[in-house]
Amino acid sequence: MHVGVLALQGDVIEHRRVLDALGAHPLEVRTAADLERVDGLIIPGGESTTIGKLMVKYGLDLAVPERARAGMPVYGTCAGMILLARTVRGGEPPLLRLMDITVVRNAYGRQVDSFEADLDVPALGPPPMRAVFIRAPVLEAAGPGVEVLASLDGRPVLVREGHLLASSFHPELVPDDRVHRLFLEMIRASARRGEGLPGSRRE
Amino acid sequence: MADVGTVKLKRGLAQMLKGGVIMDVTTAEQAKIAEDAGACAVMALERVPADIRAEGGVARMADPLKVKEIMEAVTIPVMAKVRIGHFVEAQVLEALGIDFIDESEVLTPADERYHINKHLFKVPFVCGCRDLGEALRRIGEGAAMIRTKGEAGTGNVVEAVRHMRAVMDGIRQLQATPEEELMTVAKELGAPYELVLETRTLGRLPVVNFSAGGIATPADAALMMQLGADGNFVGSGIFKSKDPAKRARAIVEATTHYNDPDVIARVSEGIGEPMKGLDVRKLAEGELLQTRGW
Repeated sequence: MHVGVLALQGDVIEHRRVLDALGAHPLEVRTAADLERVDGLIIPGGESTTIGKLMVKYGLDLAVPERARAGMPVYGTCAGMILLARTVRGGEPPLLRLMDITVVRNAYGRQVDSFEADLDVPALGPPPMRAVFIRAPVLEAAGPGVEVLASLDGRPVLVREGHLLASSFHPELVPDDRVHRLFLEMIRASARRGEGLPGSRRE
Repeated sequence: MADVGTVKLKRGLAQMLKGGVIMDVTTAEQAKIAEDAGACAVMALERVPADIRAEGGVARMADPLKVKEIMEAVTIPVMAKVRIGHFVEAQVLEALGIDFIDESEVLTPADERYHINKHLFKVPFVCGCRDLGEALRRIGEGAAMIRTKGEAGTGNVVEAVRHMRAVMDGIRQLQATPEEELMTVAKELGAPYELVLETRTLGRLPVVNFSAGGIATPADAALMMQLGADGNFVGSGIFKSKDPAKRARAIVEATTHYNDPDVIARVSEGIGEPMKGLDVRKLAEGELLQTRGW
């Protein structure tokens, strides 16, 4: 299984490190051609405005939705969640529009308001996760097809919609790989269904 | 039990900036140009280093009004500089809600012996260094991010290269050093033993390390990435060039695709004159900014 990490800007190596430790063969994705070789894609934390502009420049704003609509699992953390959202408030307009969620940029505040907290994720079981929120977007609304996997103070922070996953926090910054394991399971399930081609045929 | 201002949060923001370009800006309009070009953050300044160098006088923290205008103009993080040791300028910027503080040799130092105790702040700090010892001293004081100094405002990449190589060589030497020699190495580096040990184990600095001070072209930006930088600060190089928006976009692309010469060639085409630049060897000792910091 080859899991792509979108490597245009952001905390790429942190995701790579988790995937490596889980034996998932991470590949850095910078172009549409790179995308052909992966079975799933992580859009990392970083600056959504920067990543979005570079995606457009290299045709990934079209290539990623095309693969995702064919069933390729995608997981977005923080900036990645903003890029996956159908509706975005504050700053640049939405880009990939793949998930039925509304997010608001930097709505938890500026860097001095960034925080970490213990987060119960029922789907992952105990103990709680240490969740790190850095200039995080607020997930303001989620459509009926969106499953809320975890909430903090009444706001969803980890959501799944079919083969798409998004979190407003950064599991890649803590030594707890449960969210990445969940995403790998989603990729395996997609491969079993024969979706997410062309990458998944090789194994 | 939410915690704020932790080491993880401060270093974490720097981790999110990796692979990106942080651009010096002096107005809200420039900040918008930088954001539109794909900057991952902007540095709010009164004057860019080339002008500080040309005009002389005491260079201080920017006017809070200017900083606020820039913060309102963009959604990307906003950084601002304080003088070395000037912890009240840092308190002011923290009160404004700035995202990152640069305790910078580009401004006139306020203290010629001590840097700011950066552990006391919720907001993260970035500091300059010329070698591994200086980097680890700053991290010991609480810096959440490091940048190699280069020589700001020259448009000449030679010092940036020298300092990045010095840091990388320092790390490579540590990795070849047996553990029983590390205390003596720490003494010679003038750096905390624990950070020396951690750097040796990680094979890199414990925090993100950007390049700075003289980057003027897309090829300069890619050079610094290939030498091991996690990203680039570009100061005078953008807004002192003929076509800032074009050059800014090209430097962003070259930083992302630093290992792809075809991309670097393409983005370097026809982007107008770079800033003129200075021969660092012709600068008098007193004109060097990089020697500030202790």
